[in-house]
Amino acid sequence: MTKVKSLADLKKMKETLQSKIDLREKGDASESLVQIKVAMATCGIASGAKTVMEFMMEELEKRGVQAVVTQTGCMGYCYAEPTIEVKLPGKEPVIFGYVDTKKADDIIEKYIKNGEFVDGIIPTNYETIDNK
Amino acid sequence: MAKYKMHLLVCGGTGCKASSSDAIVEMLKKEVAANNLENDVQVILTGCFGFCEKGPIVKVLPDNTFYTQVKPEDASEIVKEHIVKGRKVARLLYTDPANNEHVSDSKHMGFYRKQIRIALRNCGFINPENIDEYIARDGYQAIGKALAELDPQQTIDIIKKSGLRGRGGGGFPTGLKWEIASKNKADQKYVVCNADEGDPGAFMDRSILEGDPHSVIEAMAICGYCIGATKGLVYIRAEYPLAIQRLKVAIGQAREYGLLGKDILGSGFDFDIELRYGAGAFVCGEETSLIHSMEGLRGEPTVKPPFPAESGYLGKPTNVNNVETFANVPVIILKGADWYSSIGTEKSKGTKVFALAGKINNVGLIEVPMGITLREVIFEIGGGIKNGKKFKAVQTGGPSGGCLTEKHLDTPIDFDNLIASGSMMGSGGMIVMDEDDCMVAVAKFYLDFTVEESCGKCSPCRIGNKRLYETLEKITKGEGTMEDLDRLRNLSHVIKDTALCGLGQTSPNPVLSTLDNFYDEYLAHVNDRKCPAGQCKSLMQYVIDAEACVGCTACARNCPVNAISGERKKPHEIDTAICIKCGACIEKCKFNAISIQ
Repeated sequence: MTKVKSLADLKKMKETLQSKIDLREKGDASESLVQIKVAMATCGIASGAKTVMEFMMEELEKRGVQAVVTQTGCMGYCYAEPTIEVKLPGKEPVIFGYVDTKKADDIIEKYIKNGEFVDGIIPTNYETIDNK
Repeated sequence: MAKYKMHLLVCGGTGCKASSSDAIVEMLKKEVAANNLENDVQVILTGCFGFCEKGPIVKVLPDNTFYTQVKPEDASEIVKEHIVKGRKVARLLYTDPANNEHVSDSKHMGFYRKQIRIALRNCGFINPENIDEYIARDGYQAIGKALAELDPQQTIDIIKKSGLRGRGGGGFPTGLKWEIASKNKADQKYVVCNADEGDPGAFMDRSILEGDPHSVIEAMAICGYCIGATKGLVYIRAEYPLAIQRLKVAIGQAREYGLLGKDILGSGFDFDIELRYGAGAFVCGEETSLIHSMEGLRGEPTVKPPFPAESGYLGKPTNVNNVETFANVPVIILKGADWYSSIGTEKSKGTKVFALAGKINNVGLIEVPMGITLREVIFEIGGGIKNGKKFKAVQTGGPSGGCLTEKHLDTPIDFDNLIASGSMMGSGGMIVMDEDDCMVAVAKFYLDFTVEESCGKCSPCRIGNKRLYETLEKITKGEGTMEDLDRLRNLSHVIKDTALCGLGQTSPNPVLSTLDNFYDEYLAHVNDRKCPAGQCKSLMQYVIDAEACVGCTACARNCPVNAISGERKKPHEIDTAICIKCGACIEKCKFNAISIQ
C-alpha cells in the first residue's frame, strides 16, 4: 500500500473510492451486485451473525447470485439480532432482523431472487448526516 | 426483477401486535385477493416502526404513505381507495401536531427526526476493518483539513464553539479541556482515549469501536495536533476482545496509509497510537485511576489538582476523552461548529448515544439530539414497556446515577436537567424498569456493585458503602426500622461529601434517588414488612387458597423441602417456616390456588 502524502492526495483517493462504491451501489441493474451487510458487533456475533454470514456467502455462490457480503458494525437493533442489510441494485436498502439460516434462505429465495419481502423487516427511523 | 408493484408493510412490533396487527394483515390479504391483486401487492409483517403511540402502523411502498391507528376494518378502504384508485385515505394519515396537516410521506414526519446519527454515523454502514470505506465517507478529511488549513488554536476554537461536552458522563467542555492541555508546556504530552466502559448496561463505546474505529483514531490525532502531543493511548478493557482486534486492524491500516506515524499528510506532524488494556475495574474509568493503571500502578485515584492536563501519564500533560466524545470530533471539524451547535439544547449541544436496556421492547442503541424527552425515548423509539406492563422508572448514569420516574418523563434530557432531577447523564446506559421491579432491591443491586468495585483507598467509600449495602439488605429482609431510613440518608450525604473520587462521591446516588422518589416503597418494607413489587423473597409468603385447592397433591409432591402438607382431596397448607419460596408449587398447581402475598 502506498502512503497518502497530502490532503490533496487524500481527497483524490476519497473521490476514487467514493465512485467505486457509487458504481457498486447505483450501477446498471444487470451488471451490478446485490450487497449484503451483516451486523457483526459482539452482540450480533453472540446471536449467530457469523453463521449467517458464512451461510449467505456459501449459498449465494452456490445459487449463482452475484453478491458482495461484508461485515459492518452495530446497527443498533439489538433486540432483533442478528440483523442484515440487503441492498438490491437500484433499490433502497432493506434491513432484516432475527435472521437465522432459515430466514437467510428465505431472504435469498424470496427477496433477493424475486423482490418479495419476507417478514421481519426493520424500518429505519433515524436521520443520517449525509448531504446536510 | 421485482414481481410485486406495491408492498403493504404492517408493523409487527409488540405494541402493534397487541392492538391486532395480525388481524390487519389477514384482512389486507383478503382484500388484496378479493381485488385480484395477489400478484401485484404483497402484505408483510415488519419489525417495530418505533411509533407505537400511534399504532398499529401500515406503510405503503413505494410511495412511503404512512397510515396510523389502523383497524382491521380499514383494510378494505386502504386496498380499494389507495391501491386500486390511487387515492390516499386521508383520515388514516399521520397528522403533524405542529401544523395539523396530514403527512403522507413518512420521510417528512417529525418522528423520523428524533434520531440523528452523528457519533454512530458509520456504525452499521461501513466495514470497520476496511479503511477505504471510511475514507470514502469523508474519513481522515478532518485531520487533513486541520493540518493543512487550521492552526491548533483555530481547531480548538471550533470544538469550543461547537459546545461539545464530555460524553463519558462528566459533561466537561471538550474544547476547554484541550485548550488547558495545549497551554501546558512539556517535552512530551499524551492523548488518552478512555474506553473503559464500566456502567452496567452501557455498550455504546464498544459499539463505536467495533463499528467505526477509524473515527476515534482520527479524532485522537486531531487532539494530538491541538495540544501538541505525538503519542496517543487507548485504555480499553480486556473484556472487549472484538473491539481490541478491530482497533488493532484499524491502527495498522492507518499506519500503512501514513495517516498515523511520521509526517502525517506531509505536514510534519507525527502521531501514533498504542493500546493499553484494563482489567475491568470500574474505578479505572476515573481519569486519575486510569492513568495510574496505564503506568502499571494500582488503579487508585489521586486528588485533583493536579489535573491530568498538567501532570498526567508519566507526569506529563495528558488529555483524556471518552470514545463517544472523540467520535463526534471529525464531523464537527468538517461540518463546522455552527452546524453542531444547532442541534441540542442551550447548554448541551449535539446528540447523545444511549444504550436502551431492561424492560423495554426495542432494546438497542440509539442516538438522539439533546433535549428529547424520556417519554419519546422510551415510548416511541424504545417501543414502550415489555409485556404491556406499567412503566415505573428509568435508571440513567449507572451506579453513579439515579432513577427517574413518571414525573420526569417530559423533562428534556440534557446534562443539567438530569442532574437537577437527581440523576445524571453518565455514559449513556438507560435501564428501564417496570412495576415488577422493587426499588429497594435496585438500590441494593447498585450498592453491591460499588462495594465490589471500590478500590478501598478512602474510608468513606470503602466502609460507608458497605454499611449502606448492609442497611439495604436489612430492609429487604424485612428487618429494617425507621431509624435505618434516616441513617441511609445521613450516611449517603457523608459519603458524597467526603469520598476521594467520583466513584465514592456518586455511589450513594441510587440510594438517595430511590429514597426521594419511592419513599413509600421503603416504608412498605419497614412498616408493613411487604415488598409491593413482590421481588424481595424474604417478604413473600406463599399461601394456598383453601377454597380453590382440590387436594390433588401436585404441589406437595413437587415441593423440594416438603413444606406442603394435607390429605388427598382436602385443602393443603404451606408451612412458611420451611418454605424456601422457590415457586415450584405455583407452576404445578392447575387450579390457580396458590398465590404470593
